Amino acid sequence: MSAASLSILSAGPGATIQDGGRHGYLRYGITAAGPMDPLAHATANRALDNEAGATAIEISLGGIELTAEGGPVGVALAGGDMRLSLDGAPLPPAVAVTLEPGAALRVRAGRSGAWTYLAVAGRLDVAPMLGSTATHTRSGFGGLEGRALRPGDRLRVADPRPGPAEPHALLAPWLDRPPERIRVVLGPQDDFFAEDQVAAFLSGPWTVTPRGDRMACFLDGTPLRHARGYNIVSDGIAMGAIQVPGEGRPIVLMADRQSTGGYPKIATVIGPDLGRLAQAQAGTRIGFRAVTLAQAVAARRAEAEALRPAVAREPLRRTEFTAEFLLGRNLIGGVVDAGA
Amino acid sequence: MAAPRLRDAGEAALVAEFGDTVDPAISDRVLALDDALRAAAPEGLRETVPTYRSLMIHYDPLVLDREALAGRVRDLAARPAAGRPGAARWTLPCCYDPVLAEDIGAVAQATGLAPAQVAALHAGAEYRVYMYGFAPGFAYLGGLPEALAVSRRATPRPPHPPNALLIGGGLAAVGTFPMPTGWYVVGRTPERLYAPGRDAPFPVAVGDTLRFAAVDAATFADLDRRAAAGEAVATREAA
Repeated sequence: MSAASLSILSAGPGATIQDGGRHGYLRYGITAAGPMDPLAHATANRALDNEAGATAIEISLGGIELTAEGGPVGVALAGGDMRLSLDGAPLPPAVAVTLEPGAALRVRAGRSGAWTYLAVAGRLDVAPMLGSTATHTRSGFGGLEGRALRPGDRLRVADPRPGPAEPHALLAPWLDRPPERIRVVLGPQDDFFAEDQVAAFLSGPWTVTPRGDRMACFLDGTPLRHARGYNIVSDGIAMGAIQVPGEGRPIVLMADRQSTGGYPKIATVIGPDLGRLAQAQAGTRIGFRAVTLAQAVAARRAEAEALRPAVAREPLRRTEFTAEFLLGRNLIGGVVDAGA
Repeated sequence: MAAPRLRDAGEAALVAEFGDTVDPAISDRVLALDDALRAAAPEGLRETVPTYRSLMIHYDPLVLDREALAGRVRDLAARPAAGRPGAARWTLPCCYDPVLAEDIGAVAQATGLAPAQVAALHAGAEYRVYMYGFAPGFAYLGGLPEALAVSRRATPRPPHPPNALLIGGGLAAVGTFPMPTGWYVVGRTPERLYAPGRDAPFPVAVGDTLRFAAVDAATFADLDRRAAAGEAVATREAA
């Protein structure tokens, strides 16, 4: 029997292979990449008892359609409120399901959320580069030839484990994250701004613009003024750093950011809220809230504890379905009845 | 010695700032702290990123307490810098032929020098690798002769060729991967600062010094072929 694999039938422009990131090489200018929403990525993996940072497929608003070949493949998806379906039958947005050979799993943009993650029961067999499979398309690193996935790509599943016998909804309430209050720690260059400008930054509101990608999230709103100029001698950039260039509109640097940069950074989004920001679609109004370092660490600890056990799940028939899901089921039921 | 200014970049990165300018003495302190911290890395230290004037320390705050890390950084930074025993001096072959050194004519024009003088000045200096950033294997170098201190371009040029020697804004750089740039291409080295097939994929460390030895276009072509096949074509000596 040939090994089971996932075969990409169609893919939007932003579907890439991502593990937890290519760490340890920032000092050589190598971007870490990794998931835009680390919490959702980890949730999809933990739903199948994988390590939190295991290799998964990151799917953008462009969606994806894929199938299993050579044998069944257990998968779990978690992330934004995307529209999922299996051979036309709707699935909830956070789900574990077994793909039988030939069955088509489809992911399309939904009401909210910008990214979702597909993990497999087993290991996606992608050759690591500098210890990581994370794709960084700008430098052509990682994933499949350093590029986004495209139709015809085949991803072998190594060490496969059986998936669920029937579809299960994932019980991951931590993925419900409204974007109104994204937590930040001020600095490292908040002293480049007068107090009233720091207050203006925190009170917002800011609107996510369509210009964003895996490198950065560009915000629109009343421009901020610098007190001490806007050129600094380049220093390091953490994921979530909010830099304010000369024209005053904040840019949040995300997974594909450069390792260093030369604009003052007024604040940094805390790790647990990176996904909260990443999932905000263009046009979403967001706000920031300053927290202490201790509060940020406590939030990080709570997140780690939620993901320590495998993610709980329950069979779909016992789940409280969304209206959309019920509608889908009724439609399908109708078709079946008509043929009976 | 003045203690570094410690700034938090979120709950998982600490920045130790030794100044706010490009200065070899500041870079010495950054690199001394980097060496000392990595020589006895506390549990939970993830990685460090030296820049011109600061060290960014990425850490896991669930393992390594911020105050414990800050205390360690202050202690290490208070020690006198004991030189950098690990630093190496490299000589990289470099071709300044205008066919490869695409912008050497523009630099000659901007400085009033002849292209050959630009090449001689660039090859006659010794450079320190201050930091990597911007792109994989993009090394920012200090030590550019004053006479070559041209401003950066007002608008970026199309992607530079691989392994390009760049100058702009009073600094020099090696650009490993082709990228649009506001700098000028004054030469090309056949050596790779990112060589994935080799045991040491990043041969040149931050803090190492670089010199460039001029070679003609035919020699460059030969060395470039050998480097592409995995051979190291730069020479290294301990500093």
